[in-house]
Amino acid sequence: MALKDELRQFVTDSFMYGKPYEGFADSDSFIERGIMDSTAVMELVAYLEKRYRIALQDKDLIPDNLDSVNGLARFVKSRLQSTYAGARDAGPIVLRA
Amino acid sequence: MQVQSFFEPSASISSPAPDPRAQTMSIATTAFSADVLNIDAAAVSAGIEGKIREIVLHRLNRKGVVIAISGGIDSSVVAALCFRALGTARVLGLMLPEADSSPDSLHFANLLARSLGLRTHVEDIAGILNAAGCYQRRDDAIRKVIPEYTAAYKCKIVLPDQVNSSAYPIFSVIVESPLGERTKARLTLDSYLGVVAATNFKQRTRKMMEYYYADLFNYAVAGTPNRLEFDQGFFVKNGDGAADLKPIAHLYKTQVYQLAAYFGIPEEIQKRPPTTDTYPLDQSQEEFYFPLPYERMDLCLYAKNHGLQPEEVAPLIELTTEQVARVYRVIDATRNATRYLHRGPVLCQEVPEVSDDVV
Repeated sequence: MALKDELRQFVTDSFMYGKPYEGFADSDSFIERGIMDSTAVMELVAYLEKRYRIALQDKDLIPDNLDSVNGLARFVKSRLQSTYAGARDAGPIVLRA
Repeated sequence: MQVQSFFEPSASISSPAPDPRAQTMSIATTAFSADVLNIDAAAVSAGIEGKIREIVLHRLNRKGVVIAISGGIDSSVVAALCFRALGTARVLGLMLPEADSSPDSLHFANLLARSLGLRTHVEDIAGILNAAGCYQRRDDAIRKVIPEYTAAYKCKIVLPDQVNSSAYPIFSVIVESPLGERTKARLTLDSYLGVVAATNFKQRTRKMMEYYYADLFNYAVAGTPNRLEFDQGFFVKNGDGAADLKPIAHLYKTQVYQLAAYFGIPEEIQKRPPTTDTYPLDQSQEEFYFPLPYERMDLCLYAKNHGLQPEEVAPLIELTTEQVARVYRVIDATRNATRYLHRGPVLCQEVPEVSDDVV
């Protein structure tokens, strides 16, 4: 599954509880759309760290990186490309954001 | 400001004369200043006292009020209002310390009780909390991020700066070893939920005790949130958020202090910095919840509630427009995140015979 599809799938499964995704764009803010609060961000961080074997520092926890599917894909892609070990261990991810 | 004795309850339950300043407040939005939060303490107090009598004695049909007094400003003012509204025979103050409570809390609560001549009971809830595993479960949750943490350490949880950065409000835990060494670690989701779930035993056990005494004397339970706390969901659902009446939930904290001064609440209590008194290490409300100290938080909340733009507010509270805009966003995000806390049980189908309107 492509990176963006996988991230979108995680967000819809974890925070939208089966609500329709129609009208939700990859550039839309999770917070402004009311689907994510700070507890959800913690859940997202745990997912990213486990799924992609990347460590998120405090400075990474900003809306630019985590508040939209586009932002997430950009962030994860940059991390995977900068960390060979992470990319190697993260399993079959297609870097086609 | 005139200081009125506790022993001068307002004479009747009739509505007080309208505050002439209220009119000015509503139209003076172009000249925003800290004065917008000034109240006529005598009139506001008399109005609330009348409401307390009406709510407790007539709507709730209870003989008096139980209030948990923490030695903080909010519970002190609520106790004074109830005392003035109902008289000493109908008010019971409860002090509910536990293992992590600051000794100051009991000291200040006693000070208040003495100054009011309030009837009080002290219930140390540490035994109940211990039996429920409150401390053990909290410590286990902290060990998920700081393995060396033991019960001999002290701890608190803190938020990042929300005014100078757009960082998400994700908690970290700070622990202090018996040697005084401090370690900070960001909480993971399961450690955060574990710490919160365990410490919420404290507020819920206190509420259980309050209702024990309420049942014992056929009293109602008074909650003590101010407007900032109520609006921003700064309470534990079915813990300190549970009450039969909340007499100061519409008052900004700045205004609660004005009532405290008017009532002549002991100076030490008026000067005490607000604290959560939930974790063993000293913890301010700013590092735990609100992005700004209460004086400036009140003004931001008031301004936002009255449709003022960040640039109109910023100069008054010595912040930049962008910082105020961040605080506005935090207010909205916190309102959304805490809507669930305000919500009562939701029925799948209405039962009109016992709705609020009928009772």
